[in-house]
Amino acid sequence: MELSEHIKTANVEDVTLRRPFHPALRGTLCVTSHHLLFSDRKDEASWQLLILLKNIDAIEKRAVGSSGTITIKCKDLLVLQLEIPGMEECLNIASSIEALSSLESVTEMYPFFYRPSHLTLNGPWGLSSTEQYYKQTERLWDRWRVSTLNSDYSVCPSYPSAVIMPREVDDDKLIRSARFRQGGRFPVLSYCHHRNGMVIMRSSQPLTGANKKRCKEDELLLQAVIDGSELGYIIDLRSAQQAQQARMTGGGFESKSFYSHWKRIHRHHERGKVVQESLIKLVEACSDPSHSVDRWLSKLENSKWLSHVHSALSTAGLVVECVERDGHSVLVHGSEGTDNTLLVSSLAQLILDPASRTVTGFLCLLEREWIQAGHPFQQRCAHSAYSHARLKQECPIFLLLLDCVWQVWRQFPLALEFSEALLLRLAQEVYASNYGTFLCNSEQERCAAGVKENTHCLFQSLLRPDIEEQYLNPLYEPTDLAIWPSVHPQSLQLWTGLFLRWTEYAQNMEEAREEVWSIVKEHHEQAGPDRTNNTLSTHCDTLTPFENLMDELTIL
Amino acid sequence: MEHIRMPKVEHVRLVDRSSSRRTQVGTLYLTATHTIFVGKGSEDRNDLWVLHSLVCNVVKHKASQSGYPLLIICKNFQVIRFIIPQESDCHDVYISLSRLSRPEKYEELYCFSFNPNVDKAEREHSWDFLDLKAEYSRMGLPNKLWHVNPINREYRVCDTYPADLFVPKSVTLPVIVGSSKFRSRGRFPTLSYYCKENHATICRSSQPLSGFSARCLEDEQMLQAIMKSNPGSRFMYVVDTRPKLNAMANRAAGKGYENEDNYCNIKFQFIGIENIHVMRNSQQKLIEVSALHSPSMGEFLTGLENSDWLRHIKSIMEAGLFISKAVAEEGVSVLVHCSDGWDRTAQVCSVASVLLDPYYRTLKGLMVLIEKDWVSFGHMFSHRCGHLIGEAKEVSPVIDQFLECVWQLMEQFPCAFEYNEKFLISIHIHIYSCHYGNFICNSQKERKDLCIKEKAHSVWLHLWEKKLDFMNPLFKPDQSQNQGLLRPSTAPYCFKYWRRLYNRFDRELHPRQSELDCLMTVKEETQKLEEELALYEQVKCQIFNFHLHKVFLFNFSDHVFSAYTSLANTPQDYIGGAPNVFTLQQGERESAELCLFGDQTKSSDADNSDQESGVADFSSHSSGEESLPSEDSVKDPDSDETGPNRA
Repeated sequence: MELSEHIKTANVEDVTLRRPFHPALRGTLCVTSHHLLFSDRKDEASWQLLILLKNIDAIEKRAVGSSGTITIKCKDLLVLQLEIPGMEECLNIASSIEALSSLESVTEMYPFFYRPSHLTLNGPWGLSSTEQYYKQTERLWDRWRVSTLNSDYSVCPSYPSAVIMPREVDDDKLIRSARFRQGGRFPVLSYCHHRNGMVIMRSSQPLTGANKKRCKEDELLLQAVIDGSELGYIIDLRSAQQAQQARMTGGGFESKSFYSHWKRIHRHHERGKVVQESLIKLVEACSDPSHSVDRWLSKLENSKWLSHVHSALSTAGLVVECVERDGHSVLVHGSEGTDNTLLVSSLAQLILDPASRTVTGFLCLLEREWIQAGHPFQQRCAHSAYSHARLKQECPIFLLLLDCVWQVWRQFPLALEFSEALLLRLAQEVYASNYGTFLCNSEQERCAAGVKENTHCLFQSLLRPDIEEQYLNPLYEPTDLAIWPSVHPQSLQLWTGLFLRWTEYAQNMEEAREEVWSIVKEHHEQAGPDRTNNTLSTHCDTLTPFENLMDELTIL
Repeated sequence: MEHIRMPKVEHVRLVDRSSSRRTQVGTLYLTATHTIFVGKGSEDRNDLWVLHSLVCNVVKHKASQSGYPLLIICKNFQVIRFIIPQESDCHDVYISLSRLSRPEKYEELYCFSFNPNVDKAEREHSWDFLDLKAEYSRMGLPNKLWHVNPINREYRVCDTYPADLFVPKSVTLPVIVGSSKFRSRGRFPTLSYYCKENHATICRSSQPLSGFSARCLEDEQMLQAIMKSNPGSRFMYVVDTRPKLNAMANRAAGKGYENEDNYCNIKFQFIGIENIHVMRNSQQKLIEVSALHSPSMGEFLTGLENSDWLRHIKSIMEAGLFISKAVAEEGVSVLVHCSDGWDRTAQVCSVASVLLDPYYRTLKGLMVLIEKDWVSFGHMFSHRCGHLIGEAKEVSPVIDQFLECVWQLMEQFPCAFEYNEKFLISIHIHIYSCHYGNFICNSQKERKDLCIKEKAHSVWLHLWEKKLDFMNPLFKPDQSQNQGLLRPSTAPYCFKYWRRLYNRFDRELHPRQSELDCLMTVKEETQKLEEELALYEQVKCQIFNFHLHKVFLFNFSDHVFSAYTSLANTPQDYIGGAPNVFTLQQGERESAELCLFGDQTKSSDADNSDQESGVADFSSHSSGEESLPSEDSVKDPDSDETGPNRA
């Protein structure tokens, strides 16, 4: 079925648009295969609102006399109302939105049709690769190698084609280790610390099962990681009890007797549905400003969102302690090794590694640790906080990562090269995007769908100088030190920029951000050319929330 | 001195609140005014000075292996934990401090012995720094409708009111006297704020003695006159800031609230702000939450919720908003009262003023506002802050709540205030410390009787001189949304926990880098560069100067940013209470920290920077020299506020 067949009414005139903290507007509403376009044509300077249909999480329709009202709840938490004259038109529009906002086939999605004139599809896709990371990290050359045993994705369907492994472990052993790990996710190198050469590895759980199976090759692999003499830490992202229970379903943990040089620490992390429900509850709590303070605090507490932030940051801090302070290598895993594992390992890198705190470095980190490492974005981000659809695999772990990064930025406002605006942009793109970056669940799927050949890469686009400057932190001053965040509840805050983005609260913060820029700019003008090679550019318009939505709009 | 049983104890250990492994051994001294702890071997003399008048409570804990713990709990929410080797010493210190921290007479307070080495003229100048007369004339008073009535010059009509009071010109003396007799403690309706633009006013009083049916013609005339002094309006609001139930209960005691039927053209309104006892208990709970040792997120949020503190802050804010909207948007005058008109009334009037008038969002404006609405109108500082030993039930954090409302507004409007949160915290400390004479006693009359102005100094000039520390770099007075009425959101998520106040001394809780300080430095540097440039323009014919100038520019710019990046850092407690694998290696870790960050410490000038910044603090932390909680409580009697570590 062609996408256009879902559209019974393409255009409606005289539609009223209501959005928070703006006067109502009248104009024309237009539905296309991938967008909802509202344009207010009365003024000379026509104002347009373009929403990707994929951004729509839920719609509610209501009849008022002969006309209808559609409430659109977006995945970026914006809520809009459209008053459409004519019940039939209203129902048609609603059913088009419902059908087109939940397309299943990747190649039907908008990134496959997005063809802006300033971008070309030729040329390399993405910013980094395993090989590049290896090349850049001199510390690895001695004892580590790049293995391409997964080049056809047969050893581990969710891993990239190349992984970094100890030199002394050959590919045959890796294949055996992969068979011993859930989903074939054998321990691979995630990060090598520039100061002491200690590494962070990640994997899925070992399949020890009820009768405590073991796998010699897996043991040898981990032995090779710590190079014999020292001690390593296994950070298991489940409670000890959960890890025990996992044995009943074929999973398990590394037992002390077989992995004698590894010390296992259990840290409980919520996952899947629980985290998704936290997001739903939090967004619900934020959506009603008429609550009493007591009710708000109890809802905030009850959502447990900040508790997840707390756990993620503390476990990441623990990993960093092991690596930086105690000089030991670490293996991180939970069950599948595709969610919390990536969350913890990438946060640990942000805390440890100054290189991952630049715009480029951070995007590379996301690319390696989330996209190539096989976080199932398509499943996890199918729906956001408003959807009434029955939840399947949804889980806002990536949003949780962005929140944690935001918390780090609050505590170290000078240490990150990027600003909150980049985090907000990513929070939006991960759910609905013009770009192919967050499509599919793994490199294998991306390969099969031809994502790299047929879509544009978000990260490359964000790094174009004119775009990048919107996302810079004016106060950035690199530091080589680890930036250990405080994880006391008093130090963690609600990410107002995201969760209260569409309230009046956000507007005053915008003013403050502009003022920060102007102070720094003024300084640079005075200080002269000596310092303009700093991160600051002479011209930067901070985005208002709505321009953000309209960002890189293509004319249809 | 007769209260000091034990002037000096050796081998005392000072224990960090958050982590018992950060301790420092040293000598404890008790003086007439301070408790002083001098760490042994600390080269930078990072001593701890605690004013006795800032001490809220002294607690002995059960003996531990290492000695006898003694807790000093301060009114600025600092908790100092000493471990004293000998029980008898501990007991002596405890007895001495218990007495020293509970003065019985005003004369014992520190402000009477504090001598900052200035002459009489300078002291008088410090008191002249703020002039309420000038403030009223800034508002546009006196004018043809309002004037100062001399009736209370001798404090005969109302001994808790100031001598100079603004009332409508049309009001006669008998009306004032009659009205004052019909109001609790004689606190008749009088002007607090006048809005030049539309002539609307905020007036304040205490509750009427109406009982179930009593009336007072003069009081009714008084309100009528206030209403009429706002020619543009046909009615006025009377706002009773108490919960309705409390106000009704007061009727049984012959007090109560205005009956709308008896007064012409008033609209009566209750705004349920709880009384001082509820607020005291609420803050106590909040302090307990803030002091929890590594609570879970759930425990913290539940504790915050159960304290009800933010609910109370919201109710005060909403009251202020109601009044400010009535004045600015409706142009209607408001009479505010509670029971006695010196607690909730002061809070609400001053919050409304901050919302209404951008002047109160400037440094000097906030000082004036506190001087006017709180000090002059007889907020009972001595009782509420517990300056003297007395009725514990009179203590209540009423002014804390006002300062917090201002802080909450600053969080919502980051560009609307000239001052930053350090200013609020400094004011908070000075209110409690009795270091200066401003907040001593319960009324203007008492202060006059005690000759405070002759014997003590005023804090306002002192704060003004330190104003560079208190500036908000984001302040944009010319921005349209920062002029006129502020319209804060009172959505529940806009009320936040004030970490800087309640956890001020728990350094590891605060951001490691200060955006504010960085921006302030950048701004200062820009200004200096501008000046340099102007100078350069003047002399640019001289090539020699040109050369110098370039050199200067270059060095200075490099310096600014680097000052804020010397964040030495330590890991947090990521383990929580769970048994962990690291405990054995702590010794190693401390030493690792030392070599890692030792160099950093030297480069950052910890001595010069404000303790508040967090950056400099932190470098001293990780240098291994245990940095002591030594903020404004650190006071050297000879050099004003400059503690030995700051000199």
